[in-house]
Amino acid sequence: MKKLLSGNEGIALGAYEAGVKVVTGYPGTPSTEITETLSKYKDIYTEWSVNEKVALEVAAGAALGGSRTLVTMKHVGVNVAADPLFTMSYIGVKGGLVIVSADDPQSHSSQNEQDNRHYARAAKLPMFEPSDSEDARQLTRLAFEVSEKFDTPVFLRPTTRICHSYSVVDVNGNERKEVDCGKFERNLSKHVMIPAYARARHFDVEDRMAKLKEFAETTSVNTTEINDTEIGFITSGISYNYVKEMAPNASVLKLGMIYPLPENKIKDFCSKIKKVYVVEELEPFFEEQIKVMGCDVEGKKFFPITGELSPDNVAELLYGKKELLPAEKILARPPALCPGCPHSFVYNVLKKHNILVSGDIGCYTLGVMPPFQVIDTCIDMGASITAAQGLEIADPSIKHAAVIGDSTFAHSGITGLINAAYNKRNTLVIVLDNSITAMTGMQHNPFSGETIRGEQAVQVNYQYLAKAVGIEDDNFMEVNAYKPDEIESAIVKLSDSGKLSLLVVKGICVIYNRKKNKKKEGV
Amino acid sequence: MDKVFNLLIVGVGGQGTILASNIVTQAAMNAGLDAKKSEIHGMSQRGGAVFSHVRFGKKVYSPVIAKGNVDVLISLEEMETLRWTEFLNKDSQLIVLNNRILPANTAEYPQGLTDKIKSQFNNVVSIDPEEYSKKLGNAKYLNVFLLGVLSNYVELPEDCWKNAIESLVPQGTFDKNYEAFLTGKECK
Repeated sequence: MKKLLSGNEGIALGAYEAGVKVVTGYPGTPSTEITETLSKYKDIYTEWSVNEKVALEVAAGAALGGSRTLVTMKHVGVNVAADPLFTMSYIGVKGGLVIVSADDPQSHSSQNEQDNRHYARAAKLPMFEPSDSEDARQLTRLAFEVSEKFDTPVFLRPTTRICHSYSVVDVNGNERKEVDCGKFERNLSKHVMIPAYARARHFDVEDRMAKLKEFAETTSVNTTEINDTEIGFITSGISYNYVKEMAPNASVLKLGMIYPLPENKIKDFCSKIKKVYVVEELEPFFEEQIKVMGCDVEGKKFFPITGELSPDNVAELLYGKKELLPAEKILARPPALCPGCPHSFVYNVLKKHNILVSGDIGCYTLGVMPPFQVIDTCIDMGASITAAQGLEIADPSIKHAAVIGDSTFAHSGITGLINAAYNKRNTLVIVLDNSITAMTGMQHNPFSGETIRGEQAVQVNYQYLAKAVGIEDDNFMEVNAYKPDEIESAIVKLSDSGKLSLLVVKGICVIYNRKKNKKKEGV
Repeated sequence: MDKVFNLLIVGVGGQGTILASNIVTQAAMNAGLDAKKSEIHGMSQRGGAVFSHVRFGKKVYSPVIAKGNVDVLISLEEMETLRWTEFLNKDSQLIVLNNRILPANTAEYPQGLTDKIKSQFNNVVSIDPEEYSKKLGNAKYLNVFLLGVLSNYVELPEDCWKNAIESLVPQGTFDKNYEAFLTGKECK
């Protein structure tokens, strides 16, 4: 049977078929639906982890314990997980460990458009990149095999346009293959990375890289199509489709394995084709390596480093600029807090009292948009609480507050709160709790009291937490998001106290509430 | 169908572009064609302009339509029609539902857009949402109604549409939706 699947569903299907046993991750567009899809299979353990570092560490343990394990995150999540990532490269695996880094060229839903192919090179890990949903499924299965064969974590790097595009997958025979990878085996010099053991393991990593380079030369996912020998393209992922669409007669070297590169295959291709272009989104990652191989190719001279590519970029290279109907100037529809969001009241109060607001990632970043324009900084997950401390140190004469959502607070806000208490800072920390991780499409977290499957779970208690880190009783308050007067008096009182304070504003996400009620009514 | 058919569906978040694009894509698959569909989820969609690229034919590579190449545009909102002109050409078939949704924090909806659209494009079917909501009994059947209009401009067998609608609309709403589709088919 043929089914229309998104790239994320393709990855989930491939992981299921590969016999994945453990799946961890932190929600992040465009990766979220992979773990959500896998959570529907009862025979697979899935969790929303507290953050990406935790997700990768749980996954590392599961893989060392012999389970095939998938861990999912968006590109910036890999920054959070980078600490275990680099050392897991030295340690290796027992059950296959596949790390999905869903990159977001064009920053559709992210704070930057970093190119995570660099992580593969930096951490010395193999990386695969799918070009459609079937490819995503196949490469996920292959990634588990490569992980076990070469004793290495493996990266799978889809981009937004793959994650959220749909293509036809023939799901006939999608049987799950259970793989027995054995159990954890004690091996101190491999699993305990003290300097002496790490130095020795580095040699193993270099040996592995050499073997992976050989594998890259022979794997069937790096394919050469020789057609017109006048012009050829080296490409991967979504860009492959743009090339095939616009240059159907050109020769193409498609890379399914994007690190390490198949040097001989590339040199061979370049020797047969008169003019070779490298088509890749974001950084000249292939282009620079291929130029070092001594091949005469062109890439970023014709294609932008910023943003996504499109079929138009390839068309322009081949046929020149196309004459288009002029773009119309019409009113913008910028993203905004949802109509009826209970947390808009807080922004009005912060604006009125002229408080410097350090913001965070998630829905509440939208406080930067009109009519509020009340967020002064947004850096990364958890940085509201910590950047506010730095801003306060730099200028204690003005009023400061940090604004953060519940999931982000659990992700990496709590550590910052402890830092504030320990270092005698006097910031007002405001958690806007809407009972869910909303921006990524309603995922549970440690403050929502349910697991990924909707089972009841521990719900972290804000008041005990405040007490435990050392916030005085009078400096903890919890108010109802629908009561602007109470919010205002709380902000004024806590801000004037000049002491570290935690204010929790509670108001359930309106969209989540609607969903929940619909479920109750059985609609 | 050797040539790949390019359909762009646009609107504002929450208008149901995804169900509509799912039905068309499924109908194409039912006809044995290759199909791809692309949309963007996440932050940019909060209250924002939404789009869905649908492409089908013998073999489809890019899930994204090249600029200037749209065969049919279905727009669920008047102003949104003009946001995507770079993807259209003079002869693109436009099917426009004249809903007017005021963007957040703006006072007035721009006037005269339908006239502007009709002067710029040679083939425009302009639909009054109120008139057809009444005719169909409920505004929620409008999107499938628009697919009925679309069916006049794309060669897909009737039963492929019917099966796609049946498999994708909410349970118990097939009869009403299929009726809406047939009503749309009469609307050229």
